[in-house]
Amino acid sequence: MSSPRVEISHLSVTFPGASAPAVNDVSFHIDAGECLALVGESGSGKTLTALSLLGLVPPEAAVSVGTRVVAGVNTRGFTEAKWRALRGNRVGLVSQDALVSLDPLREIGSEVGEVLELSRPRLPRDVIAQRVLDALELAGVPQPHYRSRQYPHELSGGLRQRALIASAIAGQPEVLIADEPTTALDSITQAHIFDLLAALKESGLALLLVSHDLGLVRQLADRIAVMREGAILECAPAAELLEAPQHSYTRELLNAVVTRQPARGTHAALIEGPPALSCLGLHRSYPDREGGFVEALRGVSFSVRAGTTMGIVGESGSGKSTLARILMALEKPNSGVVELAGEPWSLAPERSRRSRRGEIQLIEQNPYDALDPRWSVGRILQEAVNLDSSPGPAWVRRARVAELLDQVGLSTQLIGRRAHQLSGGQRQRVAIARALARRPSVLICDEPVSALDASVRAQILALLHSLQKSLGLTLVLISHDLGIIAHSSDEVLVMRHGEVIESGLRESVLNHPVHPFTQELLAASKSL
Amino acid sequence: MVAAGILLALIFLAALAPWLVTGASPFETNAALSLQPPSGAHIFGTDQSGRDVFARVVYGTRYSLAVGLGATALALVAGLILGLGAALGPRIVEGALSRLIDVLMSFPEFLLALLVIAVVGTGEANIPLAVALAAIPAYARVARSETVVVSQTGYIRAARSLGVHPIAVVWRHIIPNIVGPLLVMATIGVGTAIVTASGLSFLGLGPQPPTPEWGIMLSEGRNFLATAWWVGVFPGLAITATVIAISTVGRYFRSQSEVALS
Repeated sequence: MSSPRVEISHLSVTFPGASAPAVNDVSFHIDAGECLALVGESGSGKTLTALSLLGLVPPEAAVSVGTRVVAGVNTRGFTEAKWRALRGNRVGLVSQDALVSLDPLREIGSEVGEVLELSRPRLPRDVIAQRVLDALELAGVPQPHYRSRQYPHELSGGLRQRALIASAIAGQPEVLIADEPTTALDSITQAHIFDLLAALKESGLALLLVSHDLGLVRQLADRIAVMREGAILECAPAAELLEAPQHSYTRELLNAVVTRQPARGTHAALIEGPPALSCLGLHRSYPDREGGFVEALRGVSFSVRAGTTMGIVGESGSGKSTLARILMALEKPNSGVVELAGEPWSLAPERSRRSRRGEIQLIEQNPYDALDPRWSVGRILQEAVNLDSSPGPAWVRRARVAELLDQVGLSTQLIGRRAHQLSGGQRQRVAIARALARRPSVLICDEPVSALDASVRAQILALLHSLQKSLGLTLVLISHDLGIIAHSSDEVLVMRHGEVIESGLRESVLNHPVHPFTQELLAASKSL
Repeated sequence: MVAAGILLALIFLAALAPWLVTGASPFETNAALSLQPPSGAHIFGTDQSGRDVFARVVYGTRYSLAVGLGATALALVAGLILGLGAALGPRIVEGALSRLIDVLMSFPEFLLALLVIAVVGTGEANIPLAVALAAIPAYARVARSETVVVSQTGYIRAARSLGVHPIAVVWRHIIPNIVGPLLVMATIGVGTAIVTASGLSFLGLGPQPPTPEWGIMLSEGRNFLATAWWVGVFPGLAITATVIAISTVGRYFRSQSEVALS
């Protein structure tokens, strides 16, 4: 066997003023054609470890390392110039957010070609152009000639991620670092990206995969290293680690992976009840740049029985969030109607609708802008509580705020905190508490957990579940992740390009999918 | 920064209590002492009527500062209301206000102020009005773009879906979240307003002589620049120093608020 492509021993990174090192005595190696996955929650030091392979650790941090061999080169005493020669050329980086990682003002082709121009300055233009097209094709970008002349905003999330991968592999590196390469993508695109990474690995690339999601990495990684608080807790071949985790934290992470096992039986009796929310023939289109229209919704109809969960699943861009806003009457449909508890909702005038708004509430994807940054948690909840028809004296309202915090599992000590002093999971809990303050009967959750860490995800989903039981809520759960939908829905609706392509009880949709797209979704989520 | 702060404090002292800064009267004429160069008795010298230039500069602070602050406050409030309307109103209002702002933005501020004076007439009270109207478009545009950004956030959607009254949404959530950048803009805008106001009175469109006003003093001093530079130079320096002090302090606040945001 040849020498390892990457070998790191005793790597520590410490930020000035921090009590503990951000990366603490980490050692690992990766051979050619092998994939090592670094798994851990955000803040566990996995990204910092990956960046140290590129010499990209923030300059104020103190790095100490025993050996650092990258792409077969010992980097001891490397100057910035030598690091630059290494990056892109022999080590590629695919970072998390393709939207911000690509220059919005440059065509895809010139972005991908830049690494070649920098690393091989004497290469003629037409050779570069050919290599760019090759890289795009290898990364699975269809019609590379056409795509290379487009700008990032003209591409979908999945294509952007592929373009980013193309720019990372254009220089034909020996080592590829993929930092959460699929976090922002839907499950089908995720599966494609993983196939692509697997193919690259086959061709002899050493792959370092960084992710917070054990469920994702298991299909690709040969070995998995679990990180927490800057240290590697355990590192073992993937099958071994998944079958028999040694560390209690690894078991916790494994449990947090949302499985497709149904969490409960279907309440057949409830399904006979009256619809809590229904919509008929919803159409919505937006003007686009060329003067035409983009149809976000094309005749969506469904109804949700009181006390049940409707799971809506679809790719990004399938019109899910538009649907959520129309159900909330935050936006008007071009045609079609929404009824809440059998009464007109979308057609009701805003003046009379306002007093009923408490009945239907929304939890959104992004907990980071869900709370007014200037307001404390107490004041945010107080505002919602004060909207009650008879809010009662001040002490009753304060007690209600405390009760709400208790319902979502938060301590009353957080009352004085502002949003930026809370974690993502805590913010999402505050957003849920605020929604509950109006005692809603319907709760719409638009990707409620996709911005959260894996371990927090399971907690929030469990919370929504128990709230549904104790308060008799009707849930509309919208997600790109079939795993989450399958986990907690009574009925499932599959959307694509603004249309409902399949719907029915969970068992029938999951076990006997009719539409090929549903079958593809299921296959993609099973393989993860 | 510290120096600018001290200077600003002195300027405010001169505006609020000029008698503490100078013992001389800004109006007392003395034909025997006309156009005296700076000396121990008259540190900025005297003008063509023998009035103490230092006293006139000190007493002029109050007027300039009042116009600067008053006009800026007026522009800020009006710009905020216009900007909110342009961002949140029904489509026809939104379009009309945005185009109005665009048209006003296309005129230089000073030209706009001249236009207002031409319409409402000259006079002491019309100067702050003209300066404020000229500054409104800039505030309105920032208020509009900030409102558009803030009104698309999750917490505004959440407040709307809770059933909070739209006016309460604007008052409680939108205004507090957009007012920061506007206030910072205003601290710098005060300096601009002072320059515009002095410019108008320099042209004789503001308060009339013998009011101790920096613009008038500049315009009077202009005739003696060759023989008695101090009559014109010191009021000019006063304008420059005030504007620089206010802008420096304003920039400091801006950098502070940017740190707080990031």
